[in-house]
Amino acid sequence: MSTISLHDTHNHDSHDDHGHHKETFLTKYVFSQDHKMIAKQFLITGIIMAVIAMGLSILFRIQLAWPDKSFPLLETFLGKWAEGGRIKPDFYLALVTIHGTIMVFFVLTAGLSGTFSNLLIPLQIGARDMASPFLNMLSYWFFFIACVIMMSSFFIQTGPASAGWTVYPPLSALPTAISGSGLGMTLWLISMVLFVASSLMGGINYVSTILNMRTKGMDLWKMPLTIWAFFLTAILGILSFPVLVAGVVLLVFDRSFGTSFYLSDIVMGTQVLPNEGGSPILWQHLFWFLGHPEVYIVIMPAMGLSSEIMSVNARKPIFGYHAMIYSLIGITILSFIVWGHHMFVTGMNPLLGGVFMITTLIIAVPSAVKTFNWLATLWRGNIRFTPAMLFAIGMVSFFISGGLTGIFLGNASLDINLHDTYFVIAHFHLVMGSAAIFGMLAGVYHYFPKMFGRLMSSKLGYLHFWITFICAYLVFFPLHFLGLDGVPRRYYAFTEFEFMQKWVTVNILVTWSAIIAALAQVAFLFNFFYSIFKGKVSSQNPWGANTLEWTTPVERIHGNWPGEIPTVYRWPYDYSKPGAEEDFIPQTVPFSQTMSSNMPHDFEGNAEAERVQREWEAKEEAAAGKTKLD
Amino acid sequence: MSLRKLISNKTIAALAVIVAAFANTSAFAQAAAATAEKPVDMGPIYKTATFYVLAFLLVCLFVAIVGKALKVYELTREAQDKPKGINWDAINGGLFALFLIVGLYGVYWEYTVHGNMILPEAASEHGKKIDQMFNITLILTTIVFIVTHILLFAFAYFYKHSGKRKAYYYPHNNTIERIWTIIPALVLTVLVLMGFLTWRSIFYKVEDPNNKPISIEITSSQFAWAIRYAGADGVVGLKNYKLITADNGLGIDFKDKKTLDDQLAEVMVIPVNKPVRLILTSKDVIHSFYMPHFRVQLNTVPGMTSYFEFTPTITTEEMKAKTNDPKFKYLFLCNKICGDGHYKMQREVKVVSQAEYDAWVAELPTYLTDDLRKQFNLPVASTPATEPAAATPADSAAKDTSAVKTNQIALKK
Repeated sequence: MSTISLHDTHNHDSHDDHGHHKETFLTKYVFSQDHKMIAKQFLITGIIMAVIAMGLSILFRIQLAWPDKSFPLLETFLGKWAEGGRIKPDFYLALVTIHGTIMVFFVLTAGLSGTFSNLLIPLQIGARDMASPFLNMLSYWFFFIACVIMMSSFFIQTGPASAGWTVYPPLSALPTAISGSGLGMTLWLISMVLFVASSLMGGINYVSTILNMRTKGMDLWKMPLTIWAFFLTAILGILSFPVLVAGVVLLVFDRSFGTSFYLSDIVMGTQVLPNEGGSPILWQHLFWFLGHPEVYIVIMPAMGLSSEIMSVNARKPIFGYHAMIYSLIGITILSFIVWGHHMFVTGMNPLLGGVFMITTLIIAVPSAVKTFNWLATLWRGNIRFTPAMLFAIGMVSFFISGGLTGIFLGNASLDINLHDTYFVIAHFHLVMGSAAIFGMLAGVYHYFPKMFGRLMSSKLGYLHFWITFICAYLVFFPLHFLGLDGVPRRYYAFTEFEFMQKWVTVNILVTWSAIIAALAQVAFLFNFFYSIFKGKVSSQNPWGANTLEWTTPVERIHGNWPGEIPTVYRWPYDYSKPGAEEDFIPQTVPFSQTMSSNMPHDFEGNAEAERVQREWEAKEEAAAGKTKLD
Repeated sequence: MSLRKLISNKTIAALAVIVAAFANTSAFAQAAAATAEKPVDMGPIYKTATFYVLAFLLVCLFVAIVGKALKVYELTREAQDKPKGINWDAINGGLFALFLIVGLYGVYWEYTVHGNMILPEAASEHGKKIDQMFNITLILTTIVFIVTHILLFAFAYFYKHSGKRKAYYYPHNNTIERIWTIIPALVLTVLVLMGFLTWRSIFYKVEDPNNKPISIEITSSQFAWAIRYAGADGVVGLKNYKLITADNGLGIDFKDKKTLDDQLAEVMVIPVNKPVRLILTSKDVIHSFYMPHFRVQLNTVPGMTSYFEFTPTITTEEMKAKTNDPKFKYLFLCNKICGDGHYKMQREVKVVSQAEYDAWVAELPTYLTDDLRKQFNLPVASTPATEPAAATPADSAAKDTSAVKTNQIALKK
């Protein structure tokens, strides 16, 4: 049987890929169309971008902690942007802008969704590859070019874009307003268009693969929560990213062709600009129409990964599987009608402020449900603390901490005083930054064996987790209080204001914590790259998990399964089921093989199956009665 | 196995070498200190990057040695057929419990120490409502924060892996799920309602005819603020960005008679308990007018005028006493990224009694200077009663045409 099906897949493969047997370095590692290789390309590019963005953040943290000190080394590396060993104000703004852009788009969108959607969608739904492997390859290369263009802006005369990652016009539209709005901003916009193209190609692929290519028996309500999260994330991306492109194109027109979509009534110095009739607020509407779904694009995959990892390692089914999915759907829908909460104080009609406040606070309900369900999943579990599990628990902690401060910011009247202060920085770095990064790291530790066939060192993983977890709190918790003192974000130095000077010592603590957290990532990087080549070879199912990806061979072959694609019989969370021999039952095990552990609701109202089960139970009882009598 | 032994032997040898070297250098240092008898100044060394790189490498070496030692320990346990050496589940579970305790103390410390460094009580009427709203939200969220974290880390500690136990198969419970959907929904409904009412009370004000607000216009530009008072008529006159010149920085339209008495101020002085209506505009990019002490913030957007009305309730002097800080100053600042001077845009605000305000505002110079009067063909006298209106008609006419010309140029641009 297996030889026949092997032959089948072979034929199947050679239909769409004639060069399958003569894979060159170029087709295997560079222009690969294998979803697993593309996932690794996304991951490694994402890691590199994350290291760069983290480095940028350390640079501006140094400026914030020691605004009066000179660091000659900075001049050695940064040249005219750090003349006299001190970062210049415009370069400081460039640093925060590019840090934000890279982290939000390149690391937490492409690096997270790109990696795990590509890796897990075909593996967990039982498909040989993506619906369109070629589009998938293009998606990576568009992303890669976007990264290169974004980074290239550090090597031009006027410097990178520096109007903040939200690039609000007119600041971003007028090169006379800030030097970064010259060529640097053009590169930013080009990079963004390519990035969105990449996201769209990825997203369309994910959705069509999930909808069309599930294996036999894998109905939507048997999919792991990771797949649900990737599915809804992709839908969010498809519906919201084009709006950003529309906004970007209009901004390009304003910058280069003299239109006035976003510009009106502007005087630079004494030079009256000819633009009339536009509105800078339009950009904010378009930007945040993407921008708010974007934060859920960032966090939902992390939620999905954490749910899966927590269930596997607590050896317990995820609590409230349906509620988890409905809350994801709720978040997906609501995330489209909350963008205005970024604009409470722009001067838009106060009526809108009230409406957006209501929708925003409603979105806290599904988020709360998810949190409680995670807690219930841990309750009476049998928790194995693999590094992945630690990061998943860390993710829940950050999501709670950062999510709760969202209740302050979502409240329009409180936002009046908190808007654009350090409170906002603290909020989104916890809920979107740290939580999503922890979800991503959990995924990396958990699925490393699926990517490279080897295991990462768990001890280095523990070290990495504990230092990062503690330092992330040390960095972001105190920042709330700066915000409550009215300290604005994106300030180059706190020295100009008397009331801010008391926070400089806090900044020193924060900067040192950030530096230590950054150094702790060396443990991860070493672990990651060393384990690719020298890690302990993994077994087929190292974590004892139920999902389909662990039924594929460790060798990670093209087409995923050597024989037929397995059929799915049950949901993915049958952990520690009473009556079962082991504490997990993979999705591929039919109920007929687990008669002792079947439960009435397993059959979903299938009368015939219930009858068979009852008969079996009656027989068992009779046998038990007999032995008792004997 | 032999290779591993070799490695561990090597590591132990390396460790010995390091220990020896360390002992030697410290002995050296001691000897040097003994002979020279003066403390070595380490200051410059702490400033070099090499020092930190070496320190980090040393830490890495330390981690590597500990890692190897752990491995050796585990291997020997394995070789001796003893149960697995280190129970990492217990260690990590314990660390979560420890993190919970230390973390809770840390949160308490943050709330009490850094929490004491935040803004003083709101100095405006609506600000009090905002603070009240804030406190309610803070109490609710802190309770949820503490309880969920206790549960999270306590579960991590109590339900850590044990070979003897099986996890409890508990896939769902509709009643519980319903409860924890409905309770947050109810709590949030209350918060939404309160927030909505507060928001409405801030932006939809019914004007009290006996206590009409003072109008103050704020114009932001790259990296400065202009504060314009309405003058005697109580109305801030019209302006047009197309009229902006070097002399007429705000582009005031003097055809509007209401502009004639408008006054420009360096400091924003406002009388206590009197409503202030801010008219917020911007000349170039978006800025944000932010008065943290009064819980006032609104962006200033080019091409769009926005309004914010508030009533200050505490004078600067009273606030000095309340905060116990003789140097206390109210201020407003820019809170929207606007360019490289963003971090410097500030102006002082003084809240004074009505009498002090009246005295101060009477002394305030008008925006309309003699130069501008000449440009716009207006009588050059600040007090028209004493000076004849048409003193130099020819001269002012000439000036006028030139002013029109410059305006036309400005328009063309």
